[in-house]
Amino acid sequence: MAIIDSPAIKERSTVSMLMFTVILGLLPALFLQIGFFGYQILGNLFIGIGFALLMEAICLKLRNYPIRPFILDGSAFVAAWLLIISVPANIPIWTLLIGIFFSIVVAKHAYGGIGSNPFNPAMIGYAVLLISFPKIMTNWPISDGFEIRNFIQFSQFFSISNINETYDAIVSATPLDQIKTSLFLGKEVNVLPISFSILSPYQMIAMFYFIGGLFLVYKKVITWHLPLSLILSIYIFSGLLHLYDQNTYMSPLFHLLNGATFLAAFFIITDPVSSPTTLKGKIIFGILIGLITVIIRNYGGYPDGIAFAVIFMNICVPLIEKFTQPKVFGYE
Amino acid sequence: MELTDKIFKFFGGIKPNGHKAISTLNPIKRLPIPKKLIIPVRQHVGKVPNIKVSIGDKVLKGQVLAEPIANISAATHSSSSGTVIAIESNKIPHPSGLPDLCITIETDGKDEWIKRSKIDPSSLSTETLYETMKSSGIVGLGGATFPTHIKLNSNNIKTLIVNAAECEPYITCDDMAMQEKTKEFIEGIQITMGILKIPHAIIGIEDNKPKAIEKLKSALSQSKNISIKVVPTVYPSGDEKRLIYLMLGLKISKEKRPVDFGIQVFNVATLISIGRFFYHSEPVISRIVTVTGALKRPNNYEVLLGTPIQELIKDAGGKSDQEIIMGGPMMGFKLPHTEVSVTKAMNCLLAITDEMKAKDTFEMPCIRCTKCVEVCPAQLQPQELYWHAKSKQFEKLTEDYKLFDCIECGCCSYVCPSNIPLVQYYRFAKSEIRDQLKSSEVADIARERNEFRLYRLEREKKERAERNAQRRAQTSDSDKKKLIEEKKAAIAEAMKRIEEKEK
Repeated sequence: MAIIDSPAIKERSTVSMLMFTVILGLLPALFLQIGFFGYQILGNLFIGIGFALLMEAICLKLRNYPIRPFILDGSAFVAAWLLIISVPANIPIWTLLIGIFFSIVVAKHAYGGIGSNPFNPAMIGYAVLLISFPKIMTNWPISDGFEIRNFIQFSQFFSISNINETYDAIVSATPLDQIKTSLFLGKEVNVLPISFSILSPYQMIAMFYFIGGLFLVYKKVITWHLPLSLILSIYIFSGLLHLYDQNTYMSPLFHLLNGATFLAAFFIITDPVSSPTTLKGKIIFGILIGLITVIIRNYGGYPDGIAFAVIFMNICVPLIEKFTQPKVFGYE
Repeated sequence: MELTDKIFKFFGGIKPNGHKAISTLNPIKRLPIPKKLIIPVRQHVGKVPNIKVSIGDKVLKGQVLAEPIANISAATHSSSSGTVIAIESNKIPHPSGLPDLCITIETDGKDEWIKRSKIDPSSLSTETLYETMKSSGIVGLGGATFPTHIKLNSNNIKTLIVNAAECEPYITCDDMAMQEKTKEFIEGIQITMGILKIPHAIIGIEDNKPKAIEKLKSALSQSKNISIKVVPTVYPSGDEKRLIYLMLGLKISKEKRPVDFGIQVFNVATLISIGRFFYHSEPVISRIVTVTGALKRPNNYEVLLGTPIQELIKDAGGKSDQEIIMGGPMMGFKLPHTEVSVTKAMNCLLAITDEMKAKDTFEMPCIRCTKCVEVCPAQLQPQELYWHAKSKQFEKLTEDYKLFDCIECGCCSYVCPSNIPLVQYYRFAKSEIRDQLKSSEVADIARERNEFRLYRLEREKKERAERNAQRRAQTSDSDKKKLIEEKKAAIAEAMKRIEEKEK
């Protein structure tokens, strides 16, 4: 006999379905990534997610949780995916696995598992790697352009990167990193070889995160509040700096298209567990992450500051929620 | 309150599949008079009425079986003619599954009415009207079963809102009643407007009832004082406060009642009963029940109160062992046993479908996705309520998160991707808080009593001391000496007597 509590009917929606939709939103960018850089990323995803699920299962077992439903919720899958696409595809696999370990075991399960983690698991993993292995984390593969050939070279699939191999030939610092360096050297920004007429591969991938993100908004997995407030915040704050001094500070468009802006706006800060639940709170959260990111990018020691901004703002979530509680029906 | 044509859409709500067509294909059906009627004595919110019949009594249709003794109470009538054969505890349709006192009538098949006469409400004084209404047995037939005479006794009402939304999926009894009893329905509205002395009424009806809307519109084409507002089909538009907002744009919190704003809300079936009572002097002895769900022939039935529900289920092509929900799928409850009879609260019998059986019941942790916030029509934060209910932080629940504004509509549970039975958590927290309040009230009374006792003892001690001091002060020094000497003399005398005895 079925136990039936009211309501007896339920919309067909599960945590797994939400997570699956998030993955669908990430697929267009993955397609582009393979086109530009080959199958390496797929190998990373395969091994990284496998390791993440293994860690998840061990943690669940140790914590006496039923493994099947919690593995199938997809949260570890998504966290690992987000971490993997946030780091350079040529990352040595052992480094990646350290990051995943911190994401799943430390940031997630040590704090109580799904629903209880105060910090975004992917960003904790990312921050650990960035602080521990700055050189690895700031060297990104260079693309020869979007090539169909990349889709048929399956040999790349398991070519686990060796950091020493043809190192300089295939990697470069990101535009954000180049600016950081030139700012430190006192060079003017406009000499940098950045063309806006043709988007670079990474900028095109960023655009595809934007498109995938709109899909999530359309599917109502996320609301517009978080992405829009972060994007506008970065645009406005970097725009103000750009207006103040065009030679030192890059244009707002540059800040939107480079680094992890769109990925973070739609896929990272929208992690429901570690972001505010109130609408006003979401807007404040997005704006402050944008502000801190612009500050770190222009004045901090790291080329992209979104991960740190997210982690810092994660701590502020209870406070934000406390002060943004909406009025109940009839109490306005 | 200014009346506009505008519809004020409320925040949140859900749009589940209505499943309404299956029970509206055929007209309302009537069953032959059952051999036995098992009529629960109390079918309303409030005090148990006093039983006026005894075993062996012959009763007529419409005869009072039990009459109210308190204000918040209602009368219970015999639904047909026959003999009282038992007055005993029986199974009743209640979520607790506990039995309650019922009167069993063996019907004689004659269906003979008690003597009736038409009552004109305008000829009666307010008090007589109130007493007459009290004997009608009319209660809120939408399911709340609050005695109607109390609602009709309020002054300063300016607007009557007719709740014809019927927003719960599957339920169609009001829809069918409006289609088939349009005249009686409108008569009921007019009489109620007369009693409440108000010029205007608004019927709030969801747009998924086009036939009823059409009938009402043509019947009301000449009427200027009854208007119809067709509202979009969004559950729970039939909730009283949501409907008031839809109609008037006025938001009322838990702390206030519609009456405070001059608004009174009545359900379709209740108004039909009011009309019948005054036009035909018919107390509440029957109601329309939607019998639907996983049955061969879902339909609406006009049934005598006290009819065993198995007869309805059988007629609708169901099996006797089918699991049944009383009410709709959103707020109804599963009947603990199905050997019960039809009561005033029973608007729908829903045979549990495969969709309901397949409901995933594995509860995942809350991921704070706020899907529940997006649908909560009370604009609460269901995820916070859940969190604080689970950790029993009751003060925060009532003060900060307004738990008691929750109407238990179930929208949050309906959308929750983690399958959390949220409404159950809120019910638990509410009953815990009520218990705490009750026990703290009892403790307060005990403490007050004890404090008063201590105060009284202290006061008596003080008063005694004062009296003694007063006496002492009143007696003068010479008097005191005299007293002492008297006592000494008495002692000496006594000693003397003892000595004499010893000799």
